[in-house]
Amino acid sequence: MSRSKYEAVIGLEVHVELKTNSKAFCGCATSFGAEPNTNVCPICLGMPGTLPVLNRQMVEYAIKTGLALNCRIAEFCKFDRKNYYYPDLPKNYQISQYDLPIAIGGKLDIEIEGDGASKTIGITRVHMEEDAGKLVHQGNIMTTPYSLVDLNRAGTPLLEIVSEPDMSSGAEARRYVEKLRAILLFLEVSDCKMEEGSLRCDANISVRPNGQTKLGTKAEIKNMNSFRALERAVEYEIDRQIKILEEGGTIIQDTRTWDEVQQITLSMRSKEEAHDYRYFPDPDLMPLKIDQAWTERVRASLPELPDQACLRLVEEYNLSQYDAALLTATKDGLEYFDACVRQYPQPKVVANWIMGELARLLNQNNMEIKDCRITPHALSQLLTLLEKGTISGKIAKKVFEEMFQTGALPDKIIEEQGLVQISDEAGILAIVKEVINANPKVVDDFKNGKGKAAGFLVGQVMKASKGKANPEIANRLLNEELSRL
Amino acid sequence: MKLYQQTAQKIGEMLAKKEVTSQEVLEATAERIRQVENKVQAFTTLTLDEAASRAQAVASRQDLGGLAGIPCGVKDNLCTKGIRTTCSSQMLENFIPPYDATVISKLKEAGAVMVGKLNMDEFAMGSSTEFSGFFPTNNPWDLTRIPGGSSGGAAAAVAAGEVFYALGSDTGGSIRQPASFCGVVGMKPTYGRVSRYGLVAFASSLDQIGPLTRDVTDCALVMNSLCGYDQLDSTSLQVDKPDYMSFLHKDIKGMKIGYPREYFQKGVDDSIKDIIKKALLTFERLGAQVEETSLPHSEYALAAYYIIATAECSANMARFDGVRYGYRDDKAEDVEEMMCNTRAHALGPETKLRIMLGTYALSSGYYDAYYLKALKVRRLIKEDFDRAFEKYDLLVSPATTSVAFKLGEKSADPLAMYMSDILTIPVNLAGIPAISIPGGLVDGLPVGVHLMGPPLSEGKLLQAAYSFEQATDYHLKTPVLEV
Amino acid sequence: MALTIKEVEHVALLARLNLSPGEKELFAQQLGAILEYFGRLNHLSTDGVEPLAHVLPLANVMRDDEIWTPLDKEDILANAPLEEEGQFRVPRIV
Repeated sequence: MSRSKYEAVIGLEVHVELKTNSKAFCGCATSFGAEPNTNVCPICLGMPGTLPVLNRQMVEYAIKTGLALNCRIAEFCKFDRKNYYYPDLPKNYQISQYDLPIAIGGKLDIEIEGDGASKTIGITRVHMEEDAGKLVHQGNIMTTPYSLVDLNRAGTPLLEIVSEPDMSSGAEARRYVEKLRAILLFLEVSDCKMEEGSLRCDANISVRPNGQTKLGTKAEIKNMNSFRALERAVEYEIDRQIKILEEGGTIIQDTRTWDEVQQITLSMRSKEEAHDYRYFPDPDLMPLKIDQAWTERVRASLPELPDQACLRLVEEYNLSQYDAALLTATKDGLEYFDACVRQYPQPKVVANWIMGELARLLNQNNMEIKDCRITPHALSQLLTLLEKGTISGKIAKKVFEEMFQTGALPDKIIEEQGLVQISDEAGILAIVKEVINANPKVVDDFKNGKGKAAGFLVGQVMKASKGKANPEIANRLLNEELSRL
Repeated sequence: MKLYQQTAQKIGEMLAKKEVTSQEVLEATAERIRQVENKVQAFTTLTLDEAASRAQAVASRQDLGGLAGIPCGVKDNLCTKGIRTTCSSQMLENFIPPYDATVISKLKEAGAVMVGKLNMDEFAMGSSTEFSGFFPTNNPWDLTRIPGGSSGGAAAAVAAGEVFYALGSDTGGSIRQPASFCGVVGMKPTYGRVSRYGLVAFASSLDQIGPLTRDVTDCALVMNSLCGYDQLDSTSLQVDKPDYMSFLHKDIKGMKIGYPREYFQKGVDDSIKDIIKKALLTFERLGAQVEETSLPHSEYALAAYYIIATAECSANMARFDGVRYGYRDDKAEDVEEMMCNTRAHALGPETKLRIMLGTYALSSGYYDAYYLKALKVRRLIKEDFDRAFEKYDLLVSPATTSVAFKLGEKSADPLAMYMSDILTIPVNLAGIPAISIPGGLVDGLPVGVHLMGPPLSEGKLLQAAYSFEQATDYHLKTPVLEV
Repeated sequence: MALTIKEVEHVALLARLNLSPGEKELFAQQLGAILEYFGRLNHLSTDGVEPLAHVLPLANVMRDDEIWTPLDKEDILANAPLEEEGQFRVPRIV
């Protein structure tokens, strides 16, 4: 397949559940995983006679998100009814925003590969809407004899964030959603858990021969529940469409679902159904007028965002772009880094420990930084002990592991396990002499000019001191003794 | 005069003076219902047992006044916790709401004694109560005629003495038109004046709850309990709530009253025009300045109304799908078929027609020509009123084009039926308050005088209506139902 | 002018109404007549007129983000046509 002859055009629609206490239009709790139909009331059950009342926090979060994505906040926006029948949609219309969304015309930069290179992805719009409930099938949707409706999620506030079709690969699509997620997490407006469905993503994908300006026929891909699935689904779909074109076929516009087991996209078309949502202004809800003062108040409350933090780390701390990007990937990570630097003001050293030892251990234990038992205070203590020479670098790593497991402070671990570095020259000299006496053959090798032999001898000294000998002193004394022979 | 024939206000006085107990009042009402209900057929559900315990609870309280202890009826599209609320539809024949509408809570707080739920056109879509999914209600003045609609049960029950007052809802005239046909007082308040929470929506931007009463004093009395801001209704107005009783005894000297010429054109029976002309003379005699005026876009109101109302209705009615409550076709193989069959089976023909109409008007390719156009016309109609009210305190017109028509006369011709609302509809489009009060009889059948005012002018409407009532005796006429 | 049966069927599907052949005929006629009446709006120029969706001069009607007491479990399912394990049971989706 000649992928290089084609260009893929990808736009994403991302839905995020907002982290409000209560639902968008009623006072039911928004908690995830509750017993079915326990967070429901007449309003979110769509009972006759009930009316929606807008949650202020939802609007605040939407404005916040719009601003963080460099959008223009609409001075006037309204809610519309999107009409379609589905058993998980209690009113059989969804309260959404159609022609006047709350935020439009933003952008977001993604790093494409390595240092420096970035690409700007346009944000078409951000709008508010309510979530539907959940259908529980016996097995899968195609074969289940019946389904059960749980409306706990119905009415949960959502933002739909629509991108411009500015991406051209699965990797870019992934980077875009990763970046978007990081921003939303920094804003603390959503949990953004793809596996729990609080961040969901649909991709519109088309391909066209290089140089062609007219867009190809697009397919919409749903049900991608992880970053990996997103990347693979997009790549698969691009290849599928190219293959069809290469074989002289035509792409049919349809909605497809990503099948995680088979790792392919499948058409979802079942019955012939005209999509005609018949949007019209919801007469039960008054419009929103968002004046400058409101927007500015929200703007003032915006936290530092990943890009800003990254720039700060590069400019103030002299970190590389790559390191800064890693450290600002999550809000928790950045907060941890900043707290450590406040207590131990050597950013480069702190960064190396966080990206090295800490990242390795977190990864190994499948943990996130917020679960880490090493407090910034403890890390700074460790780094201070290392700097003063109280412990060696090797011991420090050992202590760090212990800190990670138990949460104990380094000085305590060092004291309990007797790990203090030996810097006493007489003591080290005694060990050096012992080692020289015990390894006459190696000493001969050294004399005959084999450089490696010295390294072996240092290792033996360290071993004999159980790693506690100050390596610099050990090295110096060993060299002195050898030259004297 | 028998107890059931008294006004609510008089019953309240008698209760306060302990001339009668709330149980005795309830018993008189129950007796009257037993006597005439089989003729009038105003109720979908009687709640006399609940009423008895409520009457007893009220009897032990001294502090109430107002509506306390007075039997009333409620249109069956107002949700009542634990009491079935059918909207006169097979769809909701067994639906028992788990909550009270805000107005029902308010009535309960006021100590009201609800004796039953009142018949209506299915989901309030109709002008004769013939489109009830259960049975038609008969006009107490002539049992072969319709009582009007959609609050036909409410108007008929008040006229027949089965309740002292009733709550109805008015989307295009559904309180005022039946009030006119049954010879009672019916008020549609300003949109946003009374909470719609718990009113099963027909057309959300037009619906408003209001009272149907024997006279204007009772209307003010009930309005005092109904009105007020409600945080459960985003379209509820946060404004001061006046004491409407305080408006009643003010005269109307110098009040400027206009009568829009478009409301006296062809289509309105001459006998009706005569009644209204006489009413205008009465207002003049009472000191008002009466002038002809114009609401130039009136002829477009009906079309705009039916587009907007049915569009909203098509979405409001979508929730009746057999999933969570109401009727379900249990033979269907899949969920789409279940929904289609459920709705086709349990909704009446007029409801289906309106859902179809609204769906069509919103559908792709027709939205601009119908729905959007109607919203623009709606603005022109509202501006007509705005301009008129710069000059006039109130406007007066007939409430209906004729007296109550015969059962079956218009039920096969939707357009003819829609035309019967032509005089009341513009008020809903503009969101303004209006009242229909008895204005006389034509061939032994009542005819209403329709007063319209600017937003939140309910007090002034009641003031003018009360002055008119004091100067006439039409409100004292009651139908004779042979017992 | 009457709607075509096909148009009626399309609208009926959008509105989830399974109409009988007789109803389709009747609605085709009735809708046609009503739409024809609506046609009178075309005689009125509305150029430059802003559509009026709400008569009230209200905006920014919002509530605080507070949790209300949910419904009692039995109230939620009391009206359910078919219930299973605390959920509403519906026939298969596809």
